[in-house]
Amino acid sequence: MNNADIGWMLVSTALVLLMTPALGFFYGGMVRAKNALNTIMMSVMSLGPVTVLWALIGYSLAFAPGSPVVGGLSFAGLNGVGLQAQGTIPHALFMAFQGTFAIITAALISGAIVERMRFGAYLAFIMAWMVVVYAPVAHWVWGGGFLASAGALDFAGGAVVHVNAASAALVAAMVVGPRKDYGRQAILPHNVPFTLLGAGLLWCGWFGFNAGSALGATPIAALAFVNTMLAPSATLAVWTVLDLVRGGRVTAIGAATAIVVGLVAVTPAAGYIAPLSSLALGAIAAVPSYFALILRARTKLDDSLDVVAAHGVGGATGALLTGVFADAAWSGGASGLMSGNAGQILTQLYSVAAVLAYSGAATFVILKLIAVVMPLRSTGRTEGVGLDVTDHGEEAYTAGDGAILIPPAGIAARTAIESAPLREGAAS
Amino acid sequence: MKLIVAVIRPEVLSDVLEALFHADVRGVTISRVQGHGGEIEQVENYRGTTVKMALAEKVRLEIGVSNHFVEPTVAAIMTAARTGDVGDGKIMVLPVERIYRIRTGEHDQDAVTPLPQLTA
Repeated sequence: MNNADIGWMLVSTALVLLMTPALGFFYGGMVRAKNALNTIMMSVMSLGPVTVLWALIGYSLAFAPGSPVVGGLSFAGLNGVGLQAQGTIPHALFMAFQGTFAIITAALISGAIVERMRFGAYLAFIMAWMVVVYAPVAHWVWGGGFLASAGALDFAGGAVVHVNAASAALVAAMVVGPRKDYGRQAILPHNVPFTLLGAGLLWCGWFGFNAGSALGATPIAALAFVNTMLAPSATLAVWTVLDLVRGGRVTAIGAATAIVVGLVAVTPAAGYIAPLSSLALGAIAAVPSYFALILRARTKLDDSLDVVAAHGVGGATGALLTGVFADAAWSGGASGLMSGNAGQILTQLYSVAAVLAYSGAATFVILKLIAVVMPLRSTGRTEGVGLDVTDHGEEAYTAGDGAILIPPAGIAARTAIESAPLREGAAS
Repeated sequence: MKLIVAVIRPEVLSDVLEALFHADVRGVTISRVQGHGGEIEQVENYRGTTVKMALAEKVRLEIGVSNHFVEPTVAAIMTAARTGDVGDGKIMVLPVERIYRIRTGEHDQDAVTPLPQLTA
């Protein structure tokens, strides 16, 4: 083991964990005030049950030796996952680092179903989805599964995380159905600064996500780090131009979206391509996502926060461009079209298609099974009131006017006369 | 001339505005208010503190109209704002002594009649 590697992976794990609450703010700013807590909670709660399941079973299904399709059960219950070396870091740390990926991938899906899916049904869904979809797909690419054998390049999870979540999001948006106001009334973001804050924190966390995927404090980690800085900046620059040409103004929500699209696109490529190529990759990736967003808003598909356009289109573009730009001189092995290995693009396409198909189909089955036990969505009435109050019994923004204290059973509330002398005492 | 004051649920505001525009009501003032009207109080929990929200969020509409516009306006609000549960709100129709349009100094009937070129 190597202490520098351990140090960097400890930091990376913490950085990636921060991305999930950051995603909560990114998403939370884009919904209406009455659903702000519900939306942020959809991300935050992934840190609870999904992490528990990851430790108990998910990690084993993803990384234990098994078949090409799914890992075995030898690491279930963290059996044998101790401080012995896994690569150059302790096995338990590797498990924790990979766990942060499972957490955020599950949370990403929430963007497609915010403002109408019941919270209980959502929790049941992400827990089942992480075990049934995320863990096997991670095994395919990183656990020695069939996509790894096929030679698919996915440095930090373009297919495993982003295409995977986006395919689930597309199906979830269709199964749960659109919000009752969608396409009828304007639904505006209630706090754009939250969204920018979330995008900024995501970018910061993404350095752990991509550079941490080198699994050590290595030159490849430095390459992934630099590419994680350059690609989104190019996306942001091109997005700015597209915004200016199309609307004459540079939008804040657009900037936040561009940052995420650039980060998504560079994810599969981060440790494989030259820094200059990552500028090109980021710049190119802006275009399909930009127009996918515009197109989506004209359809009946209420993928409310555009998980498909940002993560699906961005992730697929990044995965394919990895097949174009991968450069053995930088990556130390993998090469793509530009270095004479045109076939890599087909391998990349194969990996995207496999993840897309399995994730979509399995998501459909999971949601239909949950729907047998409990309703997936809130009624029109509770949707109107907002899910903060109906599902959580809290409000994001309340001055507390007119709130009457209900004292715990057996304790009488102090009367105004009793408390009045206290107020005078405090003033003097 | 009448002043129509309506207190409605915030979640039906968009529906009510849409209904008002369909009824050709062009002038409306809204304010966010809080009130109590006998509806079941929402119970909320913040850590160890349990509270009953005795004041519910409402929206108050104020619309100055000429007499023949009273019925269509009331009908539009009534249809769009009704959910059937306690807490749907109230509509009050008040007599108005005078109405002035500040821009032109027009008063009464003229002041609440939109100019044709401005309604397009």
